[in-house]
Amino acid sequence: MKEITAIIRPDKLEVVKNALQEIKCNGVTVTEVKGRGRQLGVTESYRGRDYKVDLLPKTRLEIIVNDKDADDVIDTILKTAQTGDIGDGKIFISPVEDVVRIRTGERGEKAV
Amino acid sequence: MDPTALNSGDTAWMLTSTALVMLMTVPGVALYYGGLVKKENVLNTLFMSLIAFSITSVIWVIYAYQLAFGTDVGGLIGNGANLFFSGISSTTLAPLAPTIPITIYAAFELVFAAITVALISGAVVGRMKFKAWLAFVPLWITIVYVPISHWVWGGGWLAKLGALDFAGGTVVHLDCGIAALVLCIYLGSRKDIRLLPHNLGYSVIGAALLWFGWFGFNAGSALAAGGLASSAFLATNTATAAGMISWMIIDIIKTGKPTVLGAITGAVCGLVAITPACGYVTVTGALIIGFATSFFSYYAMTWLKPRFGYDDSLDVFAVHGISGLWGALATGLFAAPFINSLGVGLFYGNPMQMVWQLIDIGTVVVWSGGWTLVLAYVLDKTIGLRVEQEEENEGLDITLHEESGYRI
Repeated sequence: MKEITAIIRPDKLEVVKNALQEIKCNGVTVTEVKGRGRQLGVTESYRGRDYKVDLLPKTRLEIIVNDKDADDVIDTILKTAQTGDIGDGKIFISPVEDVVRIRTGERGEKAV
Repeated sequence: MDPTALNSGDTAWMLTSTALVMLMTVPGVALYYGGLVKKENVLNTLFMSLIAFSITSVIWVIYAYQLAFGTDVGGLIGNGANLFFSGISSTTLAPLAPTIPITIYAAFELVFAAITVALISGAVVGRMKFKAWLAFVPLWITIVYVPISHWVWGGGWLAKLGALDFAGGTVVHLDCGIAALVLCIYLGSRKDIRLLPHNLGYSVIGAALLWFGWFGFNAGSALAAGGLASSAFLATNTATAAGMISWMIIDIIKTGKPTVLGAITGAVCGLVAITPACGYVTVTGALIIGFATSFFSYYAMTWLKPRFGYDDSLDVFAVHGISGLWGALATGLFAAPFINSLGVGLFYGNPMQMVWQLIDIGTVVVWSGGWTLVLAYVLDKTIGLRVEQEEENEGLDITLHEESGYRI
């Protein structure tokens, strides 16, 4: 099992979510986050003074999938969240030791 | 028409104007300032304007109006008769505007007093104790605003001298701008002095309400519905639009991009600058006053403030002090006798008008600056002016009011 964490543009959430649903990947946890990448944010100007705004709003998706489905989900996020401009975000993939469905007590791949 | 009998047209216009000016403070100034602060201080900032309006409203009817606009005593102060408005009936006419009832005249002057003190809050947001503000508002109105408004508008010595201030360039704007400067210097800088508006949309709505309400402020200052009010109305709109455009041009020249905050700041500068002049100048005069004023206020914000290092949080001095100063001087230059027979400026052959304007300006600067300093000192030694550092860091909404503006 894999955990796929994607940091994406907030305005891409809807298309990513819908595309994931089409490949039957329904479970997702969404958080509004702030962050920065290599470019250290953007500059804003108020009343003649420049300010570096170094944390920008982003959206974080957490998705747990079985190993065989991981590449599909990653490809789908990549295709739908990409604009090619600075600030598209990143995807992190990490192994998951176990999963428990609280309602039934099921464990492992059945619980995903 | 009898100039000393109630005129229903004048009365209707003054009722309307008073309501318009009320809208400038609540919610105009409140939203204009509220949008510019960080989100942890939005309620505290809105509240400072709200409560300033209410406190002023109460003291105004009890005694402040009677001192500011009662029968003149020696050019210095009103006689204070009719406390609590006792002895005044609904048919009593205003001595200084004998075609409208005294009650609406008093209400009109009240909304001016309220906005003047509310404007000061912009310089001190994010670090002033709310309790200290509650004490500052009535004291400042009583000691600073009441005498100045009497001298200029209540038949006091500056009016007799011949100083021109149609709607409050010195009484309102220079007055609050100087007080704001003194108070923010006394309080000292915030730890984080960046101007990063948390919701600039609020400020756009606030500025738009200021512009709308200012028609009551300026055209209402004619104290009658007629040609002079109409002339002031058009001059006001013209200068405001010119101020917005000139600020945008400065923005483009300086940074390459026009900004929304710059545009609304320029509009407010235009409104401030035309305030003392609106009932005296031509449309051409208004264009020049509005266009030039953004340059002065921009310079005060981007050069004067960093050079001297005072933390005027929302630039009250740069906008109201500097544009008010320019407006008061410009009134002495551009006042045209064919607009208003009471005002003849330098460009129409009366250089002495500039002397009266300078005396008016100097008086307001000294009186407002001096007494604000005394008040700040006394409040600091009694209530304490400034919040704890922890409260400032965490934000005043949660620490002073146990509320937060956004549940997200």
